[in-house]
Amino acid sequence: MVIYGVYIISKSGGLIFNHDHNVPRIENEKTFSYPIDLVLDYEPKKVSVAFGQKGGINVGHVLTSINGILVTGNVLEDGRDVKEVIENRDNYPLNLKFSRPKMTTNEKIFLASMFYPLFAIASQLSPEPKSSGIEILEADTFKLHCFQTLTGVKFIIIAEPAQIGMDQLLRKIYELYADYVLKNPFYSLEMPIRCELFDTNLQLLLDQVEKTGLANI
Amino acid sequence: MTIYNMYVFDKYGTLLYYGEWNRLRKSGITEQEEAKLMYGMLYSIKSFVCKISPIDTKEGFLYYKTNKYALHYLETPSGLRFVLNTDIGATNVKEFLQQIYAKIWVEYVVKDPLWTPGSPVSSDLFKLKLDDFIKQSSLYGIRTI
Repeated sequence: MVIYGVYIISKSGGLIFNHDHNVPRIENEKTFSYPIDLVLDYEPKKVSVAFGQKGGINVGHVLTSINGILVTGNVLEDGRDVKEVIENRDNYPLNLKFSRPKMTTNEKIFLASMFYPLFAIASQLSPEPKSSGIEILEADTFKLHCFQTLTGVKFIIIAEPAQIGMDQLLRKIYELYADYVLKNPFYSLEMPIRCELFDTNLQLLLDQVEKTGLANI
Repeated sequence: MTIYNMYVFDKYGTLLYYGEWNRLRKSGITEQEEAKLMYGMLYSIKSFVCKISPIDTKEGFLYYKTNKYALHYLETPSGLRFVLNTDIGATNVKEFLQQIYAKIWVEYVVKDPLWTPGSPVSSDLFKLKLDDFIKQSSLYGIRTI
């Protein structure tokens, strides 16, 4: 039973809160000999795997370090260019570490504003009259549960597909939001939520749900 | 239990086939416009799912549900996209879509010499077979209002 994260989107589509609860870190380190059997995509901002999957290293994973030296963008910490290091035969064997890219805050804001039109189009393309927007979206690795309040605020939980009782949890988070965010005199609507009490209570709630289920909240 | 409508897109976003059974609400735009909107939405969902997923995805997006209907999605490795709208109680729709692909699409479209790949399907035989297949399935029942 895993809950990966919680997002709150304001009625105008902006991300006002996000909490990563239990995101697994996917990292793989492997020693390669020349020439490496992965096709890498060298971009200024990241070096990622374009083709070839082995030992847990999948397409889309980003190179994070070479021989223990951190990689930022496409340069090593000591200033060398990643492409030159990898293509030079004398450097081998090389120990490369790859990881699944972690979402930056900017990307999260971008994704949150992307969900807003998806939600709206889903209701527009409905074959039945008076449909709501997306309530549940399932993929093979996670399930997204969305609850929209009457005032248009959206609460989103990303959890494992098998996790049950997420509807109740969403309503419970709404309750916390009403108690600790809306009653906070220093909080202005539509602005990012920075309320310590909300953070701690949400954390407690999620931990409890993961451990014992929804029976005793 | 009911099936509302079905879209088939190719990898370039061309609407290859659109079938309608129990649709109660029109979107108010032309079929072509609607198909573009639908494809655009699916494309966005695909990239959204890829990015927001905490671990590596294999099949990616499977379905979404609103309070009135569910949209099921199947993408083949060759980029064909099958979209089926059902009521929210439908189960095992993924297998059903795979059967439509294997038993109806491959048999009556891919093996049809008069069909040019990438163009909308106009074969009456395909239409008939699909209609039969959908109407015989347990997903297609009598609508309860």
